[in-house]
Amino acid sequence: MKYALLVTVLTLASIALALDGQIGIHDPSTVVLCDGKFYTYGTGGSSLVSDDGWTWRPGVALPRRGLAPDVIHIGDRYYVFVAGNIGAQPKAAVNMIWSKTLDPNSPDYKWEEGGVVASSDGVEDSNAIDPGVFLDPTDGRLWLVYGSYFGYIRLVELDPKTGKRINPNDKPRDLAINCEASDMMYHDGWYYLLATHGSCCRGADSEYNIRMGRSRKVTGPFLDAEGLDMILGGGKLLIGSGGHVIGAGHFGLLDLGQGVQKFSMHWEADLDRGGASVLDIRPLLWKDGWPVAGENLKEGTYEIESERTGTALELAVEGMPVGGPRGRGGRGTGGAGRGGAAAPGAAGAPGDAAGRAGVAVPGSGGGGRGMFAGTGTPIPPQDVAQVSTNWPAGKIDTRMGVYLCQAQQKWAISAVPNAGGYPGSPYFKITIAGTDRTLAATEDAELVVLPAFTGGPDQLWRFDQLADGSWRIMPKSVPNSKEALVLSAVGSSFATLARFDPTSDKQHWLVKIP
Amino acid sequence: MKLHRKHHIPALAVVAASALLAIAAASGAASQALWPTLTSPSTPQRAPDTDGFIPRWLLLEPIGVNGLTDSAVQAIVKKEYFPDQFTVIPHDGDKVTVGDAQLTWHAVDTKNYNVNLYHFAYALGKPTSNVLFWTVTLVNCPQEMRGVRLAVGSNAASVWWVNGQEVIGIYGDRQTVIDDGVSKRLTLKKGQNIVRAAVINGGGATDFCARFLDENDKPLKGFTVSVGEVRK
Repeated sequence: MKYALLVTVLTLASIALALDGQIGIHDPSTVVLCDGKFYTYGTGGSSLVSDDGWTWRPGVALPRRGLAPDVIHIGDRYYVFVAGNIGAQPKAAVNMIWSKTLDPNSPDYKWEEGGVVASSDGVEDSNAIDPGVFLDPTDGRLWLVYGSYFGYIRLVELDPKTGKRINPNDKPRDLAINCEASDMMYHDGWYYLLATHGSCCRGADSEYNIRMGRSRKVTGPFLDAEGLDMILGGGKLLIGSGGHVIGAGHFGLLDLGQGVQKFSMHWEADLDRGGASVLDIRPLLWKDGWPVAGENLKEGTYEIESERTGTALELAVEGMPVGGPRGRGGRGTGGAGRGGAAAPGAAGAPGDAAGRAGVAVPGSGGGGRGMFAGTGTPIPPQDVAQVSTNWPAGKIDTRMGVYLCQAQQKWAISAVPNAGGYPGSPYFKITIAGTDRTLAATEDAELVVLPAFTGGPDQLWRFDQLADGSWRIMPKSVPNSKEALVLSAVGSSFATLARFDPTSDKQHWLVKIP
Repeated sequence: MKLHRKHHIPALAVVAASALLAIAAASGAASQALWPTLTSPSTPQRAPDTDGFIPRWLLLEPIGVNGLTDSAVQAIVKKEYFPDQFTVIPHDGDKVTVGDAQLTWHAVDTKNYNVNLYHFAYALGKPTSNVLFWTVTLVNCPQEMRGVRLAVGSNAASVWWVNGQEVIGIYGDRQTVIDDGVSKRLTLKKGQNIVRAAVINGGGATDFCARFLDENDKPLKGFTVSVGEVRK
């Protein structure tokens, strides 16, 4: 928080495809899971809770209100760190409170005061607000970063058993400058310091953006990708404004396990929600040792391609070449392509022995004369209504094949209203574009395409973007199974459902615009 | 650019081979002598190879057909060419009559992961293009094996049955790729299981490979294959 701004709790109706429900919040804490519910707390006592990470509603305010809280779960305790100004900034302090649960309906919901863990006296080069708490997975040590634009981002060590300072007399370490809302994470031998640069609290005029540096030691120095130390103002961009959302701030890692990572943050202004400050959850990807902000899946028509095989998921029906059957010059055999080139009754147009199947239209820019000349005019997309007349009416198997822009290879992926979701996204249905034929999980953990979408959990699909930018695709549930199974390639031409193996590319899928 | 990606034996060689076969009275021994990659089984049973591929098969001499599309292949393989086509467990040397032709079942072991049908048919002086090959093998399991998958590759299209159930169909003018077509999970019963396939070639090279995968998609071992009733 650049200014001592107390933000009133924002309660907004759902109007857009960002997170669903009431998501108004500023300076949200890292989203944490407690007894099956997701929680986050913001400046001024705001609080949000969600059953699935997609649809949010106002929660119960913390007993200690303040600026930009952060939360961590260690053992049987949830520690919350909340900052407050003492008079005017930069005189401030970070207080710790803890409870055994975040669920107000639990008999264990009782907050205990833990005292001040960091402070600034109003003169030193520090403004002790915006705490970010980090548990080092390599050694179990607990750290707190804090600070704002007045002075440095600082680091102190806490006791993971109590949440309190290990040694209050230790001098805090200075890590960064000209930023606020800092947090840390660890990945593959590196510590990352993430902090928010730019101005906040100006609605659509806010320049908030999340930047980062990395270090081999938790104590720094944290250098950006150009080698510039964050204590000199360096920082590689993770995420900034884009689309209809402005001002990204307050990173919080949401690690869902098995290599699926997301992060919580807020936008200073969501233009689709009247410029309100709102919560968001995005995939966290990795490239060349640096985090990359991913995108939640957008509705659309896609090719679903296996990263393992390079083949595309398709309805197991006889395909029709785009533009119609065409002979293969020189071979004199019409319609011999994979998946069946010749439709019933359409024998194709065999070329002659020399391959002179066609004549180029002058100026068409095609491949010259003969069999490579094309038609001379643009070939329109395949009309699914036309090519699907011979498809069986009932259930149809799936398979995978070389992508040929054919109708049975194009999948419409669309959000299903009121069907719930998962952190960052709603559940989707996957249908053959232009039809209601719906991909579903079977009770023997295989795939089938049903004639129509009926809304069952076997027909609701979750898309989680993985570290390499590909997607993990999984049904909400598999009939008669309690296991979480995901779409998985087997061989070159088949897909099934199987347990997720983060180390295998069999379950990595590319979702491409056809 | 290579329009004709499949290998074609020069016509002269075909004529020469046919002449040689004629001189040898087209005996089985002569045919086997010309099989570069196939041999006659010399043991009652064999284990799959190190990568799990099934090396032993009964192959029926080719039947002339035409078509590689899904619908054409399905129509071809569903047509009855000889009695008990979908249930028979043939033996080496058994003969069936298809149209006017008498065709023979041949027991073979392959030296490679795949079964080269071109070698098989060519050595017999039979056509290799626009043909259908029926093949059968017996998979003998010491215990029930659940959650396994049949995984095949073929040049070109093929349809596969396990214990009478159609489990894989791969279509079009395709090349043999290991684990190209994979079945849904199935159960191999204790004892004898019948794997049957119909492989259809358009032109040029033709072959197939097959193995089972376990529940972790690793090559299945722990069974044997034979080409006749296992008689203890």
